[in-house]
Amino acid sequence: MKNLEFRTATSAQGGLVVMSDVPGVAAGSRVQLRDHAGRIRSGQVIRTANDTVLVEVFEGTDALDLERTWVRFLDEPFKLPVSRDMLGRVFNGSGLPRDGRPPIISADRRDVNGEPLNPAARAYPREFIQTGISAIDGMNALTRGQKLPIFSGGGLPHNRVAAQIVRQAKLLGEEASEFVVVFAAIGASHADARFFQESFEESGVLNKVVMFLNLADEPVIERLLTPRAALTAAEYLAFDLDYHVLVVMTDMTAYAEALREVAVLRGDVPARKGYPGYLYSDLAELYERAGRIQNHHGSITLIPVLSMPSDDITHPIPDLTGYITEGQIVLGRELANQGIYPPVTVLPSLSRLMKDGIGKNFTREDHPHVASQLFASYAKALDVRGLAAIIGAEDLSDSDRRYLQFAEAFERQFIGQGEDEDRNVHETLNLAWDLLSMLPHDALTRVSEDELAKYHKGVVA
Amino acid sequence: MGIILEVNGPLVKLELPQTVIGEQVRVGRIGLIGEVISRDGNTALAQLYEDTAGLCPGEEAEGLGWPLSVELGPGLLGAIFDGVQRPLQAVREKSGDRIARGVSVPALPRDTRWHFVPNPERRAGSALVGGDVLGTVQETESIQHRILVPPLIHGELLELAPEGDHTLKDVIARVKQADGRIEKLHLFHRWPVRTPRPYKQRDHAVAPLITGQRILDTFFPLLKGGKAAIPGPFGAGKTMLQQQIVRWCNAEIVIFVGCGERGNELTDVLEFMPKLKDPHTGRPLMQRTLMVANSSNMPVVAREASIYVGITLAEYFRDQGYDVVMVADSTSRWAEALREVSGRLGHMPVEEGYPAYLGSRLAAFYERAGRVKTLAGEHGSVTLIGSVSPPGGDFSEPVTSHTKEIVQTFWALSKELADARHYPAVDWLESFSGYVGSAAKWWAENIDSKWESARAEALDLLGASEELQRVVNLVGVEALSSEQRWTLESADLIKEGLLQQSAIDDADSFATPEKQFALLAAFLEINHLGMKLVKLGAPARRLIQMPLMAQARRWKNQHPSDDIAGLKAKIAAIPDAFEPLLQEYTHPAAPSITGAAATGASTS
Repeated sequence: MKNLEFRTATSAQGGLVVMSDVPGVAAGSRVQLRDHAGRIRSGQVIRTANDTVLVEVFEGTDALDLERTWVRFLDEPFKLPVSRDMLGRVFNGSGLPRDGRPPIISADRRDVNGEPLNPAARAYPREFIQTGISAIDGMNALTRGQKLPIFSGGGLPHNRVAAQIVRQAKLLGEEASEFVVVFAAIGASHADARFFQESFEESGVLNKVVMFLNLADEPVIERLLTPRAALTAAEYLAFDLDYHVLVVMTDMTAYAEALREVAVLRGDVPARKGYPGYLYSDLAELYERAGRIQNHHGSITLIPVLSMPSDDITHPIPDLTGYITEGQIVLGRELANQGIYPPVTVLPSLSRLMKDGIGKNFTREDHPHVASQLFASYAKALDVRGLAAIIGAEDLSDSDRRYLQFAEAFERQFIGQGEDEDRNVHETLNLAWDLLSMLPHDALTRVSEDELAKYHKGVVA
Repeated sequence: MGIILEVNGPLVKLELPQTVIGEQVRVGRIGLIGEVISRDGNTALAQLYEDTAGLCPGEEAEGLGWPLSVELGPGLLGAIFDGVQRPLQAVREKSGDRIARGVSVPALPRDTRWHFVPNPERRAGSALVGGDVLGTVQETESIQHRILVPPLIHGELLELAPEGDHTLKDVIARVKQADGRIEKLHLFHRWPVRTPRPYKQRDHAVAPLITGQRILDTFFPLLKGGKAAIPGPFGAGKTMLQQQIVRWCNAEIVIFVGCGERGNELTDVLEFMPKLKDPHTGRPLMQRTLMVANSSNMPVVAREASIYVGITLAEYFRDQGYDVVMVADSTSRWAEALREVSGRLGHMPVEEGYPAYLGSRLAAFYERAGRVKTLAGEHGSVTLIGSVSPPGGDFSEPVTSHTKEIVQTFWALSKELADARHYPAVDWLESFSGYVGSAAKWWAENIDSKWESARAEALDLLGASEELQRVVNLVGVEALSSEQRWTLESADLIKEGLLQQSAIDDADSFATPEKQFALLAAFLEINHLGMKLVKLGAPARRLIQMPLMAQARRWKNQHPSDDIAGLKAKIAAIPDAFEPLLQEYTHPAAPSITGAAATGASTS
């Protein structure tokens, strides 16, 4: 079977090719197409019957002459060669080099689809990862093995935030050197791709990064492969080589749209907004490859970045993502318009695993309470601001006016920070106390009396 | 024997004559398992519980002759199964950290020896019917496993094994059926998951399920044998609330079904559960718990099956006379699995892509909850708590709206409350319970006859405050009268001092009904005393500044449930805190300038 070439393509459309008169081809099998110019394209069997086979072609079906297309079925799933040499390299969405250097040669080739982790074999994420961004470290902390997406919108600086996280992310303590990054750009613009590459080069982290780039003008079907290739590389680095791997995938919206495009071509019944019913399962297959495994040293921490179509958090992509990931970092237009960077809207943001990665043994003992207090005080401050917008700031009580000042300072000083500003978690917490000290003692019920005595800088009310 | 004709995602078309719908099939060289969902002449369509990559048209397929069934017998408790009852620990020993396809491990260990004690009432020659107790096995310290005659068997007992150690392979009884066939019974039997297990009759649910969570027990009670739903958008604390229920509720057996949820979350459950002590016996909680775990990245068809596997296990323990709680997290993931498969089958979608049979399937599933008289004549119950994950928190979506019509208790989680870190974020305006009347009888008999009226009064207060809050949002708090401000403050006290409950604070995590009622009554008393003062002319501002108001908010953390005496002492001192102000305003001739300071005299 592997050595036979078939020239029986009967139709081609939008990246899908129908083959007829092909005996028993395995579902999911990898396919090689040779077109009339001798160019090799690769693909995958997505539906198979005794007489007809449906193949998706990663490089697309443009300029494919059906009569002069030869197809080979390789009888194995799509595999990625893996090796330590991947570090510092740049690949395209199917794992071929795009940095002008030779391809990775390795006897070890992994099925890009992976296999589901046995829930009984997982280990729970615990240790703190410092991103150097106060809004994340202080209030929505990331832990090793967590999946924490960034929800953004068109025109918001999610790529700059993602790049800053990649540049600054580190583990506290002696394991710092074992930290590497796998970066997947899905449907990225050339400008964005260059921005990421230059940003990593300038800060000297490039040799610790593996990049998979699928650009906006490259075949849509390859976008379905890009995150799988990246996660396969990450699994190898984490669970074979014991690295702590941070995977950043941007933009998952482009991925989901590619999935929808293919689903429509296949004739799948659409569920919400034209996305296929299996969008949830498909995203889960990707996201759930993050995590830790018992008796393995390494870990995969995942930050998918997605732009919410018209800033709608209830859109199927952010919605289904939120149900799979352990929280979300939400970027907001309002803050961005005020020139605040990173524009993290903290109230709808959440890190579900934060509680297990911060506090006494990880960051500082007051961290959980400070985070809770910041949330509560800022929520209250926003209520006051809403009120002030109606009745005017003059009619507010003294205490309410203090909240207004707090909100302003919190947004400018705590959330806002420089793109190159790397704050360690102690700086973040001290800054939090500076701000909380603008409020009187009795307004701070989420922190303990001892913590107030130790850290509160204001006068005792 | 049949062959594979076509492979499309998890669906496989087979040439398999004479199969019946629901029959289990084994497909292909790697031996993937699935079930037949439709048949047309000699071809059948099967959905497989595992990824179909590598399956090839032309490969063999065979019908196994039985529907998807579970094994019911000793060895269930403490186990963790996947969506089709494969034991995940044993699978791990066999196939490593990742779940290899086609791996086959029996659900219950075949080599473990169980100490069987025959039921003295059963003798050779006596008549047996399905559901009768043949004997017992002390499966864990906490739970005695009753070995049942399978429901459909009845006849004459020919032989029963004497007391001794047996494995599941051993025959422990022989029964001569009415038609003369001799049936060999083991310590376990099988039951098809999509068929509800029979019982004698349905009974009224009478006792509330105590979860120790104040907003649930006090405000929106659930009865043992009842149906409840927890709808909530992501990030509203659904998982935490469920874990609290699993941990603290006073059921004898707890079954947790993780259906399409996060792997790390399941790990959290799998890691913390074995460490937990059963609050009622002090023994490990796992001794009375079992889990069905099918994380979101595991195959979709097994996800669809997982809640049926869970509910069948629950019914089995119910039939032994136990009170069982099953938590299904999440029924939305189950419904989506249904949608995913129906989409691939090309069924006409109705709402949001869901098939037309969504509502009837959901209703039939929830109907498997209930308190019953078992075939053996005892009482047992299955309480069903299903979580719902409405897309975007929109409660009008199909799964939530269907569920709302079916369940009696509805614990609605609110994103706004969660954003303000008010946990558990159960929205007191959206939630409801149809069991208040029955629960009131229990509270009146066991705790206090004023429970029902106190609960209603507190809910009124919360409702009134919600309206006032709207006014405040428009014109500011200064525009309210003193009475209104005091209402607002009292409602805040109830929210912070009673409704908010910390899962991670040992003193607060669980509250006995006594503590719940004591706090409720105390806050209502504060409200009454304050209102009396306001009516006498005291400004609400002075009342709000009383140290008591801040102190009362911390009582829940300062007094664990076993320190009711300490709590009651503080409650008894409430009138003292109001006394100085009361003096001042009942004798207005002698105004005290230091009034505010004097109120600080109460204990903290």
